[in-house]
Formats: sequence, structure tokens, C-alpha cells
Amino acid sequence: MNPGMSALLSVSDAHVAYGKVEAVRSVSLEVGDNEIVTIIGANGAGKTTLLNAIMGILPLRGRVAFAGDDIAKLEIEDRVAAGLSLVPEHRELFATMNVEDNLQLGAFRIAKATAAKSFARVYTLFPRLKERRKQLAGTLSGGEQQMLAMGRALMGAPRLLMLDEPSLGLAPIVVADIFRTIGELRASGVSVLLIEQNAQAALQIADRAYVMELGEFILDGPAKDIATNQRVAASYLGFQHEATSVI
Amino acid sequence: MNTTIMLFLVQDGITNGAIYALLGLALVLVFAVTRVILIPQGEFVTYGALTYASLSSGQVPGTARLAVAMGIVAFCLDLFAGRRSLHPRLVGRAFAINIILPVVIFALTSWLAGRHPPIAVNIALSLSIVAAIGVFLYRIVFQPLAHTSVLVLLIASVGCHLALQGFGLVFFGAEGQRGPTIADVAFTLGPLRFTGQSITVYAITIAFIVGLWLFFGLTLYGKALRATAINRLGARLVGIRTTLSGQIAFLLASVIGAISGILIVPITTLYYDTGFLIGLKGFIAAIIGGLVSYPLTAVAALVVGTVEAFSSFYASNFKEVIVFTLIIPVLLLRSLAAPAVEEEKD
Repeated sequence: MNPGMSALLSVSDAHVAYGKVEAVRSVSLEVGDNEIVTIIGANGAGKTTLLNAIMGILPLRGRVAFAGDDIAKLEIEDRVAAGLSLVPEHRELFATMNVEDNLQLGAFRIAKATAAKSFARVYTLFPRLKERRKQLAGTLSGGEQQMLAMGRALMGAPRLLMLDEPSLGLAPIVVADIFRTIGELRASGVSVLLIEQNAQAALQIADRAYVMELGEFILDGPAKDIATNQRVAASYLGFQHEATSVI
Repeated sequence: MNTTIMLFLVQDGITNGAIYALLGLALVLVFAVTRVILIPQGEFVTYGALTYASLSSGQVPGTARLAVAMGIVAFCLDLFAGRRSLHPRLVGRAFAINIILPVVIFALTSWLAGRHPPIAVNIALSLSIVAAIGVFLYRIVFQPLAHTSVLVLLIASVGCHLALQGFGLVFFGAEGQRGPTIADVAFTLGPLRFTGQSITVYAITIAFIVGLWLFFGLTLYGKALRATAINRLGARLVGIRTTLSGQIAFLLASVIGAISGILIVPITTLYYDTGFLIGLKGFIAAIIGGLVSYPLTAVAALVVGTVEAFSSFYASNFKEVIVFTLIIPVLLLRSLAAPAVEEEKD
């Protein structure tokens, strides 16, 4: 993000703990308007924990500001109303309801007229969902479920979409499709905070990146620089045969 | 046994079964949305029935005062919960729902009692009093416990049942009451005599089932309630408040309970503690439906009603025993089908 630009999401000195174990320690990050930011890191680095805490699912100690307002004390539902949306790792779809109902509920907090526009937009982004709109969410393929989870989150017209491992368990061709869609979101004015183990794909579409390890950010910068960084390449992109430990 | 007696028993069983079906559906709904096993459902039946009976005999029922008192407690809880950000709008809304609404119902009740309003007015008043009690019960007891385990919720539920039953004794006394019938007509079809009351029971049960089906299938709030039942986190992530779903579930359950009470109080004498037993039979139907299936619950309720009718004819001393014994083979079968059920993690 350019200095001077006011951040859409700004987290400073965030700590998240499970009991006495701190899973996230003193983390600060910012996401600007129309920006795609990614957090990369190994399994268990604390990425999902951080995202869940930003959404309000887990308690967070520190400051979280969204569009200039302090949201650290708000309930999940109020953060949704403020324009923050999370596509969680397990998608949390309404499995025994059809695609259309899932999407309609995504627009639970917004006016009916806006919801109609959201439907058009989501069906344009994911034509597959339109074909399957009467099918039960639980019977969709993994890729379609991911599309539905993203579609449902977009129905509420969020300003920031947080994606937790959207490529998890999907076929490479589907992953490419999903990442292309994430890239398209920027054009429609949605910022994205993306968590990925597939660092290569994430760094390709992101503007900036944070590298997380054992609950802390060890590196951040423009995605291009991170992609060419020796340590990152060694640990996450698998370019060097002899990985130097960064722990 | 001859065919006439059998037809009578089946008819009786279906009339009772229809009531159990309503109660069973309410139990399934409340459990799916809030994980509360609603033991006080029976008290909603009693309160509905006896409030209606008191109003019909021109008395002001104590339940109207209880609703006001619970509203005041709910208002204080709302203020306490929102103490960090007390917008005038928030306070105004809480005041309107928790204070003005029950006070208006109370004022209307006191003003109309003794003026012999039409039956429909008495029914509407009874329903709104019990509905208010149901919603406030959720706000006061279950909303603060929403994050706890099913066991804690069950214990709280038993506590509510005992408390409400005690209040019932204070309000209505130990004597049984009966209310006026809703429809006095009757006609005969072959050997069977259909009273207006039993027709009303069927009609209202069917209307409620169809109404609930439309509500859950077509309306946004109905879908939101289902969504909460299917995936609580998913529902919160699209902005559906768990508390809103809980309130709607309790509202529906208390109205259904009260309706059931009003439907049976002209047929049977109801005491302050009769509702519990009626609620338990709805509970058996709900258990047979696994606390998840609405159609299975409705069918099971009809079976429970029929078994009850036949056992009261053949072995009236063992009527309740036979009905409640139904649950043992069902639980046995269920435990064989699904050996281990882990409690949902929260």
C-alpha cells in the first residue's frame, strides 16, 4: 500500500491465544482499498487463527480498525454489516439448502434491491452457480462449493473479502479459475485478504504479501519482491534444493 | 372389540396426536436452532390454556403480570449487555419491546377482562401473553447461556420448567379449569361424531404445519432460521444473529404451546401441572424423530396419540407407562443405528 493512503483494514499489535498458548504474536497488517494482500506461511503458522480473529470468531487482543472505525469489540454479525466478509477454511455452507437459498442468505443484511444486483454479479462471476442454482449445496463438487462460499460472501456486497485457503483440496484447473476470479474482484472494488499455502499462485495475483511463521510476520513487502526473496523461495516456493531454515 | 370402538379410539388418538405433533414440531425447531431441549414447552401449554380459561371467566390472569415482570428483567439485561454503546435508538427499541409491549398487553387484558369480549379476543390476548413470556424466557435464561453445552442448556431448561410450574400454581391455584369451546357445531359421519372442537384441532394443526412449511421454505427469516440450525457459524458469517433466530424459535414454540393449550382446555380439565405431561408426549414424538426430522416427528406424534387412546381403553391404569415405554425401543434402535454421537463442539 502506498504511504499516506488510508487503510481499509488496519490491524496493529494483534495477539490471539488459545488458553495460554499464543498462536499469533504482535502482528500488524494493513489492507488498502482495491488491494489484494496475501499472507503466506506453512501449515500451523497461525494464518487461519489470525483471519478468524479479525472476523471476530476468536478473541483478539490489540487494535482492529475497519474503514477508520474500531471494530475490535464488535460481534461477527456487526463486522459483516460493516462490510467485512470471511470465506472460512471449511466454507460453512448451508449443506441441505440449495445454491440459490445459500446466496440469498448471503444478502441477509442488505436491502432487497441491492440483493438483486448481487445475484446478477455473482452469477456473472460464477456462471456454474447459475446452472446449479436448484441443487443442494452439499451435493456440489469441491470447486463448486468454494465458488458458492465466495459467492455467498460477495452477496452481502463486502468491501473486504477474506479468503482462507480457497485452493485447498481442489483440482489445479479449478484453482486457476478461482484465482482468476479473485483477480477480477479488484476491478469491482472489493479488496481481498488471501491466505494460501499455494504461495506461488497467491503471489502472482497479490499486490503485497506478508510471510508468517510461528505466529509472527517475518517479512512483508510488494508481492513481486517477496516472490523473488531467497528465504521465501527456499521455504515456500520450493526453488532451492537445500532450504535454509528460517526458523 | 368392535369396529365402532376402534374407530372411536383412532379418532381420539388422532385428535390428541395432532396436539402432540404441534408440540413435537416446536421442540424440534427450538432444539435445531438453539440446542435447547425445551422442557418448559408444557408450561406454555398450561399458561395458554389457563390464561384463556381465566379470561373467559372474566378474571385477569397472573401470567399478564408475569410478562410485565419478565419484560423489566429483560430490559435491564439488554441495557447491561449494551452498556458499552448505549445509542438512544437501541435503548428505545429495547424499551418498546421489553416494557411497552407487555404493559400494553397487561392494560388491554385488565381492561377487557370482565367485559366479556368475544372468544377470538380472549384467544389473541392469551397468545400474546404467552408469546411475550416465551421470548423473554429466551432473553433472560437462554441467550446468556447460548455458548454453553447442551447439558447446561438442559439443566437451565429443567430449572425454567420448575419455576414456571411454581408460578402456574400461584397464578391459577390447584384446582383444574376448563375453557369454553371454540366451535359448538357437531356432525355425525357413519358411527363417528365429529365435534367442532376436534375439527378445529385438525384444522389448526394442518394450518400450522402448512404455515411453518411455507415460512421455512419461502421467507427470508424462515430460511435464516433453517440456516442457523444447519450451520451456526455459517449463519453468523452472513450476518444472521443467533439471538434473533433464538427469539423467533422461542416465539414460535410459545405460540404453538399456547395454541395447543387453548385447543385442549375445552376437552379436558387442565391443572397447573398438566401441561408438563402433555409436553412430554410431544417430546417423545420429537425424540422418535431424532430431534431433527419434522415429518417423522409428526407421524410419531400420531402414533403416540393412538397408542395412548388404545392403552387408556384397555389398561387405563398403565396409560402413561405404556406411552412412555415407547421411547425405550426407539432409543435402543437409534443407538444401534448410530453407535456414538459426539456433542457438537462450540
